[in-house]
Amino acid sequence: MLAFTTHTGAVAPLDRVNVDTDQIIPKQYLKSIKRTGFGDYLFDGWRFLDEGSIGMTPNERAINHDFVLNSPDYQGASILLARDNFGCGSSREHAVWALQEFGFRAVIAPSFADIFYGNCFKNGLLPIVLDHKIIDQLFAETQSNFDLKIDLHSQSVETPGGDIFTFDIDPVLKEKMLSGMDDIDMTLAERELIEQFEAGHRTRQPWLFERAFGDGTTAESNSTEGKES
Amino acid sequence: MAAQTLYDKIWQAHSVGKRKDGNNLLYIDLQLLHEVTSPQAFEGLALHKRPLWRVDANLATPDHNVPTTDRALGFKGITDLIALEQVVTLDDNCRSFGVTQFEIDDPRQGIVHVVGPEQGATLPGMTIVCGDSHTSTHGAFAALAQGVGTSEVEHVMATQCLVQNKAKNFAVVVDGQLQPGVSAKDLVLTIIGRLGTAGATGHTIEYRGEAIRNLSMEGRMTLCNMAIEAGARAGLVAVDDTTIDYVRGRPFAPSGELWAEAEAYWRTLVSDEGAHFDNTLHLNAADITPQVSWGTSPEMVTGIDSHVPSLEELENDVQREAAGHAFKYMGLQPGKPIVDIEVNRVFIGSCTNARIEDLRAAAVVVKGKKLAANVKEALVVPGSGLVKAQAEAEGLAQIFMDAGFQWRAAGCSMCLGMNPDRLAPGEHCASTSNRNFEGRQGHGGRTHLVSPAMAAAAAIAGHFVDVREWL
Repeated sequence: MLAFTTHTGAVAPLDRVNVDTDQIIPKQYLKSIKRTGFGDYLFDGWRFLDEGSIGMTPNERAINHDFVLNSPDYQGASILLARDNFGCGSSREHAVWALQEFGFRAVIAPSFADIFYGNCFKNGLLPIVLDHKIIDQLFAETQSNFDLKIDLHSQSVETPGGDIFTFDIDPVLKEKMLSGMDDIDMTLAERELIEQFEAGHRTRQPWLFERAFGDGTTAESNSTEGKES
Repeated sequence: MAAQTLYDKIWQAHSVGKRKDGNNLLYIDLQLLHEVTSPQAFEGLALHKRPLWRVDANLATPDHNVPTTDRALGFKGITDLIALEQVVTLDDNCRSFGVTQFEIDDPRQGIVHVVGPEQGATLPGMTIVCGDSHTSTHGAFAALAQGVGTSEVEHVMATQCLVQNKAKNFAVVVDGQLQPGVSAKDLVLTIIGRLGTAGATGHTIEYRGEAIRNLSMEGRMTLCNMAIEAGARAGLVAVDDTTIDYVRGRPFAPSGELWAEAEAYWRTLVSDEGAHFDNTLHLNAADITPQVSWGTSPEMVTGIDSHVPSLEELENDVQREAAGHAFKYMGLQPGKPIVDIEVNRVFIGSCTNARIEDLRAAAVVVKGKKLAANVKEALVVPGSGLVKAQAEAEGLAQIFMDAGFQWRAAGCSMCLGMNPDRLAPGEHCASTSNRNFEGRQGHGGRTHLVSPAMAAAAAIAGHFVDVREWL
C-alpha cells in the first residue's frame, strides 16, 4: 500500500452530494480482472458524452467540457474537494483505484460512505473529513492553482491564504496510512490469537465448520422444492 | 450483564481481539464470492503464496455479468470476451484454491444473495462478507452480513478476519400491519426516503416491530438488502419461528443433533429487553403506500398517489441542488404526478426482488393481461436457477410469457447492466432493483425503483398505477 505522510497539490472541486461509486467508475469497467487501468474512466459518465468501454482512450472520446475535471483550471489536480456522503452505493474498490490512478492522493469532504472510506485506507488514498463550514469556504476559494498542503502527522490542511484546518482521524488508521504497512501481514502476525479464537468458536458453534460445500468439490445438485413459503 | 442488542451479541461472539496496532479483528464465518470483485483478491493471494485460511468458509457463483439468455450454451453463451474472461477466471481460481462453485450451468447458480439463503449456506448468528454491498441481505437471518472491498475480500481469504471497528446500533421500528398490495420493498423505500442515503452511516440497522415479525423471509431479505441504501453496512432481523422454519432442511443447514444444538443457540439471537440503541426511527406500517423513486438516488422516492416534488417542497438547498440534477437527468418536471410517468421498460429481478414470493406477487397482477403497447421490453429474471425452476413448476413463467414478458435465466442482469441487459438512453424503467443512480441500468437510462407488484402493474398499464386498486 502507498504510504501517506504529507502532500501538496492542486484542488478540483466536485460540487455534488451523494456521489456514488457507480459515477466514480461505471460498471462496464468492472469486467477487468486487474487492479489497474481504471484512471481513464474515472467519472466516465460525467467526463465524457459518449458511452465508453474498456480499452478506449480519452482522446477517442467525446469530452464533456462542462465537467469540472475537464476544465483547464483543474488539470493536474491531486486533491478532490467533495460534498456529503461521497462514495456511497456499491462496494467496488475500483472506485478508489480509479481516483488514485487518475492522480488523486486525497479526497476532502464533510462525510464519506462507510465502505468507500474503509477502501481508501487499504490503498493509501487519504479521505479527510472537515466541517461543512470549512468545506463551503474551500469551495468558495478553490480556483485555478489553488494548492492545499496536507500533513497527516499534524492532521492538518493548509490553504494558500494561510488558514490551517485540523481534521480528526482514527489513530490506528492514521498509523496504518503513515506506515503503508500490509494489512494481511499485520493480521497474520496474530495467527495464534486467531487460531485460539477459532478453536473456541468451533466448540461453541460446531455447525459452522466442515460444511457440506467445504471439501472443494461441488456438492451434488439438489432442489429446495416444496421449501418455499 | 448489560442488556445487549442483537448486533452486540453477534459482534461479541466473533470478536477475536486486537492486533498489535490496536485494530479489532472480527472472525468471519462465510465469504461469498462472485466473478467481479474476487479476481484481484485471488491474484493477491497467489502473488504472496498465501493459502485460503479456511476453504470450507467460501462459496462462489458467477452472477454479475452472466447473460440471461442461452444459458444452455454455458460459457459459449457469453459473447462479451472481457466478461467471459472474468467468469472463466472465477472458475480457474475456484479450482486452484479448492473453493466450491455453482458454475454457470449448475441449476443452483444465481445471484449470491439469493443462493446463500436458498442453500442454507447462510445461517443465523453468522458473520458473512462478500465483495458486494448488498451482502446486507443475509441480515434477514440475524447474520451480521456486510459488503466489503476487494482488499478486504483478500484479507478475509488469507486470515478469516475482518479489520473493523464496531458500528453503532440503529433501531427501525415498524408497528402495525402493511396494507394489501404494499410490500417490504415499499417499506424499505419509505425508510430510505425518511433517513436519506447517509442516514444510517456508521450504524447497523435492526428492523423491529410487528410489521417486521409478520414479514416472510423473502420480505425480510428485501428489507435488509437495501440497508446499504440508507448508509448502513448491515441490517438485521431477530430470529423467530419464521427464520427457523425457513432454514430447516436446507441443503447446507445442520441436521440431527447438531440442528437441535444450533436452533437452541439461534433462539437467543434477539435484542435483550432494554438494550440500548443509539438511534431510533418509528414508522406505522398502515401509513405506508406503494413507492416509486423519481430521481437518481434511492432517497428520492415518494408515494404512488403523490408527484415529483417541486423545489419549494424540498427541505434545504442541498436537496434542491441535487433534485435539479435529477430532474434534468430523469427528464421529469417538478410537480408531475407519479401516475403520469410513462414506462418503456420493466425489469423484475435483482438480489432485492427476484425470489419466489416476488415473482408470485408480480404474476398475480399480470395474469390474463398483456403488456402495454408503449412498453418495449419487460424482463423477468429469477434470482437463481432453483427459483426459476420453481416458478416454472408453479405456472408463473407461463403467466409472464402469455402477457408478453421475457422469461430469462438467473443473474444480476439489468440491475446494473454488466451483461447485455441494458436500458437505452432516455428510457424509463420500472425496476424492482435497488439503485437508481445515473447510468446504472444503461448509459442515459432512467430507473424508477418499485416493488414487483408495482412493476408488473406498470408493465400492463404503460405508466405507474396504484396496484392496490387492482387487487
